[in-house]
Amino acid sequence: MYEMRNVTVERSGRKLLSDVGLALQPGRVTVVVGPNGAGKSTLLKVLAGEMRADAGEVMLDGRPLSGFSPRALAQRRAVLAQHTEVAFAFSVAEVVSLGLSGASAAQTTRRVEELLTAVDLPGFAARRYESLSGGERQRVHLARILAQLRTGGSEAPGFMLLDEPTASLDLAHQLLVLQVARAHVATGGAVLAVLHDLNLAAMSADHLVMMKEGRVLASGPPAEVMTSALLLDAFGVPARVNAVPAGPFVLPQSVGDGVAAG
Amino acid sequence: MSLATSHAAPGRMGWVRSRAVVGLGTLALLVVLAFFAALCLGPVSIPPARVWQVLVEALTGPVSGAGAGLRERVIVLDVRLPRAVLGALVGAGTALAGAIMQGVFRNPLADPGLVGVSPGAALAAVAFIVLGGSLHWALPPVLAAVGLSLAAFVGGLLTTLLIARLAMRDGYTSMATLLFAGLALGAMASAGTGVLVFMASEQQSREFLFWTLGSLGGATWLKTALAAPFVFALLVASPFLARGLDALALGEAQAFHMGIAVERLKRIAIIVVACGVGAAVAACGVIGFLGLVVPHLVRLTLGAGHRLLLPGSALLGTAVLLLADVAARLVAAPAELPLGVVTALIGAPFFLWLLGGRRGILG
Repeated sequence: MYEMRNVTVERSGRKLLSDVGLALQPGRVTVVVGPNGAGKSTLLKVLAGEMRADAGEVMLDGRPLSGFSPRALAQRRAVLAQHTEVAFAFSVAEVVSLGLSGASAAQTTRRVEELLTAVDLPGFAARRYESLSGGERQRVHLARILAQLRTGGSEAPGFMLLDEPTASLDLAHQLLVLQVARAHVATGGAVLAVLHDLNLAAMSADHLVMMKEGRVLASGPPAEVMTSALLLDAFGVPARVNAVPAGPFVLPQSVGDGVAAG
Repeated sequence: MSLATSHAAPGRMGWVRSRAVVGLGTLALLVVLAFFAALCLGPVSIPPARVWQVLVEALTGPVSGAGAGLRERVIVLDVRLPRAVLGALVGAGTALAGAIMQGVFRNPLADPGLVGVSPGAALAAVAFIVLGGSLHWALPPVLAAVGLSLAAFVGGLLTTLLIARLAMRDGYTSMATLLFAGLALGAMASAGTGVLVFMASEQQSREFLFWTLGSLGGATWLKTALAAPFVFALLVASPFLARGLDALALGEAQAFHMGIAVERLKRIAIIVVACGVGAAVAACGVIGFLGLVVPHLVRLTLGAGHRLLLPGSALLGTAVLLLADVAARLVAAPAELPLGVVTALIGAPFFLWLLGGRRGILG
């Protein structure tokens, strides 16, 4: 269990998060949606241990997050950042193997190739990272965090934190990332993903959190959270929600009148 | 498809491993050759067989010959050997420090001088030369011989610690602030140096000028022994920094996500670099371009991973500095060119050539 209780974060007099509570449960994909500046990335950073909460607490496996060393934390959770720049000319294999600690060289080679295949980049190991497209790079980092969680050294499956993992991907690979997330929870792990695409969010989430101005507006099963009223409140966009067999289906009602009062 | 790739992959990694063995092995061989050349070559050229004989005799005991034989013995053991050992320490330390700084700053153009070691050391050195003359009489002879080195070391280290302190806020060291604080303090130290040079006598300013150009000329076992612990600290620390620097290449937040204690890594790197470079600058003045060019060359041949880059840079730095010193002794013999001049004369055009070549490749 990975949870935050009554967390408030204030930076230069502005409340980025106020009184936010959230629990990542094993076997569940939690998706966070909300407009720009709603505090989604801040929430992920606090959960990752990268940013300190000014009030409230974050607990991992029943212990406060501040009690974890960076190494112990890395064995329990992995983070896919929105954007990662690699400073030197690393190969793809070198970037992925950063997530594999303590494996022998022969094992490393095999594991790297398996992981690259899992993110649909087979045979990319020897390529220069800097020669890859944005979407390919993002999938290299997905392979790296999968490596980190699988070799984490703890027996319980870990927690995966994804910050807009689909942002630079084509449709097929957006679905691939969500399949990877679903596969991770199927083995007993937990996932938190920040997503902008509401259809993908509704399709992949077990638990949906809608945020606005640093607060949790609503949370629960997608069908309960993804309502016209809540969408209008959060995004200021009048939208109608249809429940189709596979899950909710979201369509904005007009483009021109996008910014409604609210 | 997947079968084919999984068969192909082990061969590739095997190739990477053999590249590591071959690459580091070649560099180590180069170091041995350069070291031996440093003992043989100079204004008085001594045949390799005779150098070998002198070295073996020194280790085993019995001393042969007088006259010319004794002179060669003195040249090899008392002049060239301490000079070569000090050169090896300075070369390894400077190049390794450059590689570590580039990793910490996530920038291939970073130089050990960025954290203010060199300007701080220069200010302290000129202060010692100009103001220390009166102090000279008060110091015990052992200290007087290395007073300039000690002053430069302390000056370099204090400047770095001050810069690091300025860059720290709420327990976090900002690398951008570090860079700017380094520039500002470096400028202040240079201004102070300028004032002192202005006050100095002609003899003193000439002594300082030669110090800034760098030379292994004054190498003694005492200087070597003083520099050794600090360079060794850098060498011993570097394998423990490698994984952290690899992770840091992806960014500070990403390195933390991967389990690296980033703040600790940065502090240890800055301290060992300041000590290592401080000791090198103190022992033989400022040696330009080595810390910038050597890691760059190693990256081109052995890849960017720090597990190979750090030892590779230390080895290549040693070989390059020893050979540059041989050149400095031979070009204008019996006079000596300043070592910093030689490294800059070779290093800078070579670096430009590399840049041009790269641009050509990239189109």
